[in-house]
Amino acid sequence: MTIDWAHFTPWSSLAGGMLIGAAAAMLVLLSGRIAGISGIVGGLIELRRGDIAWRLAFVAGLLAAPVALLFYSVNPRIDAGLGTLALAGLLVGLGTRYGSGCTSGHGVCGLSRLSPRSLVATGAFMAAGVATVFVTRHLLI
Amino acid sequence: MNALAAFAAGLVFGIGLILSGMTDPGKVIGFLDLAGRWDPSLAFVMGGAILVGYFSFALAGKRGRTFLGGALHLPTRRDIDARLVAGSAVFGIGWGLAGFCPGPALVSLGAGIDQAALFVGAMLAGMVIYDAAERLAARKASSPAGRS
Repeated sequence: MTIDWAHFTPWSSLAGGMLIGAAAAMLVLLSGRIAGISGIVGGLIELRRGDIAWRLAFVAGLLAAPVALLFYSVNPRIDAGLGTLALAGLLVGLGTRYGSGCTSGHGVCGLSRLSPRSLVATGAFMAAGVATVFVTRHLLI
Repeated sequence: MNALAAFAAGLVFGIGLILSGMTDPGKVIGFLDLAGRWDPSLAFVMGGAILVGYFSFALAGKRGRTFLGGALHLPTRRDIDARLVAGSAVFGIGWGLAGFCPGPALVSLGAGIDQAALFVGAMLAGMVIYDAAERLAARKASSPAGRS
């Protein structure tokens, strides 16, 4: 294994992670909710009465984050083509709903709560992600 | 008040995602690429988030109510079933293909990135399909008690 030192950002990643944890803390301590993005967005599709405002507000906050920083400081490297992006989005939408969570709900909140379900889910999506990248980067090229 | 708190939480969450590097799909794929040039940064993102999260959720659990006096809505299921594992694996495949997961995709949409808009559109379609399939399954099942 070789480390990609050129892109390795331990401090900003640690600080960003702690902000993510602080945001999850705000949501649970003030609104009593789990900061799981797929669950929050998925709940909007169900359109349950009285359960919409906080979800819309959270998503609005996410969408406003780049604006709050005044500029988008990270230049995203997006290698996937349009077809791959569409397929990936579909799989992420389906998979996170069937699996009851994503990187935030299971990977951050669930692991913080020491939930066995989230530990299994995080292991499954990490393993599948690693396997997918191995196939697309090392087997198909 | 709840909505205002949720907006602030979403804003801080999104800023954290940007600062951490999660909104760069190349960085996410670099983390998942164990056989190539590995970027371990995302382990620090999860470590930092869980460090803060662990104490916050412990505090929330101890208090039993929010600081605004509202109820806690925390998951109670502890069973591990095929849906959990298979669904998470399908999510992982999509994550590995594009390098986007739901939060960073929404933040990138907010930044006006076209590819993120396509990804989010497809993600919402996947969620709508899930919802429709669940409604259909619930209608077919004779028992009126659906899953929570």
